[in-house]
Amino acid sequence: MWREHRRSPRPVSESVGYDARRRCRTLSEAAEVRPTERRPVLSGGPEAHRLVTHAVAVDAVGLEERAASLAKRSIKRSSKLWALDLAIRCMDLTTLEGTDTVGKIVAICSKAVRPNPIDPTIPSVAAVCLYPQLVPVAAAQLAHTGVHVASVAGAFPAGLGPLDARLREISEVVELGADEVDIVLNRSHLLGGRYVQAYDEIVASREAAGSAHLKVILETGELGSYDRIRQASMLAMAAGADFIKTSTGKIGVGATLPAALCMMEAARDFHRQTGVEVGIKVAGGVRTSKQSIQYLTLVYETLGARWMTPDRFRIGASTLLNDVLMQIDKERTGRYQGRDYFTVD
Amino acid sequence: MSEAIEPAVPWEYSPAPESTDIVRLEESYGLFIGGEFVEPTSGKRFVTINPATEEPLAQVAEAGREDVALAVEAARDAYDHRWRDLPGSERAKYLYRIARQLQERAREFAVLETLNGGKPIKESRDIDIPLAAAHFFYYAGWADKLDYAFPGRKAQPIGVAGQIIPWNFPMLMAAWKLAPALATGNTVVLKPAETTPLTALLLARVIQEAELPPGVVNIVTGAGETGAALVDAPVDKIAFTGSTEVGKRIQRSIAGSGARLTLELGGKAANIVFEDAPLDQAVEGVVNGIFFNQGHVCCAGSRLLVQEPVFDALIEKLKLRLETLRVGDPLDKNTDVGAINSRAQLDKIEELVASGVQEGADIYQPECVLPERGFWFRPTLFTGVSQSHRIAREEIFGPVLSILTFRTPEEAVEKANNTPFGLSAGVWTEKGSRILLMAERLRAGVVWANTFNRFDPASPFGGYKESGFGREGGLHGLEPYLELEPIDA
Repeated sequence: MWREHRRSPRPVSESVGYDARRRCRTLSEAAEVRPTERRPVLSGGPEAHRLVTHAVAVDAVGLEERAASLAKRSIKRSSKLWALDLAIRCMDLTTLEGTDTVGKIVAICSKAVRPNPIDPTIPSVAAVCLYPQLVPVAAAQLAHTGVHVASVAGAFPAGLGPLDARLREISEVVELGADEVDIVLNRSHLLGGRYVQAYDEIVASREAAGSAHLKVILETGELGSYDRIRQASMLAMAAGADFIKTSTGKIGVGATLPAALCMMEAARDFHRQTGVEVGIKVAGGVRTSKQSIQYLTLVYETLGARWMTPDRFRIGASTLLNDVLMQIDKERTGRYQGRDYFTVD
Repeated sequence: MSEAIEPAVPWEYSPAPESTDIVRLEESYGLFIGGEFVEPTSGKRFVTINPATEEPLAQVAEAGREDVALAVEAARDAYDHRWRDLPGSERAKYLYRIARQLQERAREFAVLETLNGGKPIKESRDIDIPLAAAHFFYYAGWADKLDYAFPGRKAQPIGVAGQIIPWNFPMLMAAWKLAPALATGNTVVLKPAETTPLTALLLARVIQEAELPPGVVNIVTGAGETGAALVDAPVDKIAFTGSTEVGKRIQRSIAGSGARLTLELGGKAANIVFEDAPLDQAVEGVVNGIFFNQGHVCCAGSRLLVQEPVFDALIEKLKLRLETLRVGDPLDKNTDVGAINSRAQLDKIEELVASGVQEGADIYQPECVLPERGFWFRPTLFTGVSQSHRIAREEIFGPVLSILTFRTPEEAVEKANNTPFGLSAGVWTEKGSRILLMAERLRAGVVWANTFNRFDPASPFGGYKESGFGREGGLHGLEPYLELEPIDA
């Protein structure tokens, strides 16, 4: 059922609301992220419906056991330093508050570029993730830094605004300088059994985002079962998502190890079936270095070393960064530094 | 699928060996008879080793016929004078005390179990020892409720039980045997396996500390000769867990003696994966089914039956998963597959695997570096196996999986049941009605649905056909240790 995937990137001129000049500016120094090549892999609606109704089942007990057993792995000290470094490089430093201001964004951008101002060996994070209105601020701050601008769009976090308004929001944030767009899956469609509509909306969002990277938030905490998470993952990947993402961070339940494992297993199968590598983003409630290493262990054991890069794995977090910095310091010196030695932005 | 090259990443799991400091090994262990450690009359001893390193751990006494007779005498004396008439609520107190001690000293028991048997510490720590304690807790609860357990019948103990246990779950099997016997008012002579006597001897210390009346539990160490002596001794009941071959011999030798018998013997369980199964979890279940405890599990899922439409997908996933299995130091908490229990067992596994190759099955083993010393065997898959192959019929008792296919549920049932054994089976499907149908048709004592190798003290365990008879665990596990007399109205 998989349509052959076109590997060649679409010419830039074709894309909707895409500002090549702006994008190139941000990308000039970013080695990893290229304009996306992702396109939908299904030929249309009936296949999307079948994709959901024929998705492989997931057993909750077995999945949770596997996730729990992987969480018990301990990694070598040298690997731990690499893992903490990777956790920073894969981080989408996030602020999604109604109270976000220009000042707050300026501060978070400078933290994103130089997480520890006195230690140049600490890498920049992957991206800053924020609301659409503040995208121009971040785009200006992050120019020539290699740090990407990720914007939520599409009536985040419920995703139930009028479709044309949502699509316009997506193309607008790209125009404003976002090179990554985080949209939400339409849970109303998915849970209501309107799988084709859910699929078509992601396809349309994919179009609207042009060659900006598209992350589709499944909001796993609202889906009610791992079967649904699996179905949502397949639907979003087939519709052309570059990343599938666990959560908005706006409901009680954020990322969990079994939900992330379920998505990774779906991504592994999708890769096996289509040859397309889709990334995984965990977000919501990831606050400690230990958690980030547990997620990296899941990635390593499930998707392998190829996914251990910012191109294929992201962690969306607001407070995780300081904990990682603190742990790096501890691994290097053997001692914990006081909280006041890490900047609060 | 695109053949992508895996980049090298510096991702290594840290050797996280559990410290052995917590275990204080004695140089030499005596026999535990009448509440004391005593020397064997013959003075004979044997060395018990760590199968992961082949290093000797301690000297252990070898019980001869005289020693076994003394142990049975001590058990008889304890039964008549100190145990049978003790109120159930009092017996329960001792069992609770032992259970709590096991929990308190769980780490010590787990490390010792791994040292002596070669099983991964994560299993002895998370499964063997907690479950052993759970069995004592569970049967302690029954001790004062026996009159209500079997309505209309009076429950009486039967006397002295001789219990012979295997090397694959030394401590857990000791608990399975001791807890119901003691709760029901019997006394015991326990013989641990010759390769793994140490946790049972540590349990003897716990029993001493719990101040269990002397002679209620006696532990005699030794090999087959010691076991034969126990079978021939004047006991009222023999409970044996081990190979079918020895089980048959025991049944012959106690015929006509009046002693009761329960046997928990070998298995060749089918793990049946239907096309609608949750495949990723089925892979985990298959891996757990056959590589748990290096496959030294009588209920291991050693035959995988896969419905043809998902054969390719499942095998691909299974092979990928095998690449991530970590074989090595059992004391390392990251280890998935530990050491083979003994040289003899390794020889047997190697012989059967060679027969599989010779009979034309396709062998698959992941690349992994095995330690130089000790007894090791790579996780192994055989595809292209037919029912007539030895590897599909004989119990290998090692990390070797034979994979067959089927087309319809009827064919799955037929193939699964087409074995002299009948201990366990697994069914993987999302369809509830099919689970119930399969559970009804499969001639196996335990049928797991969408899981495998899951144990609970409240759940009875035991076999059909050559896998033995009698049940251990649950209410059913009380019966083999009770005389149930009808109460006249």
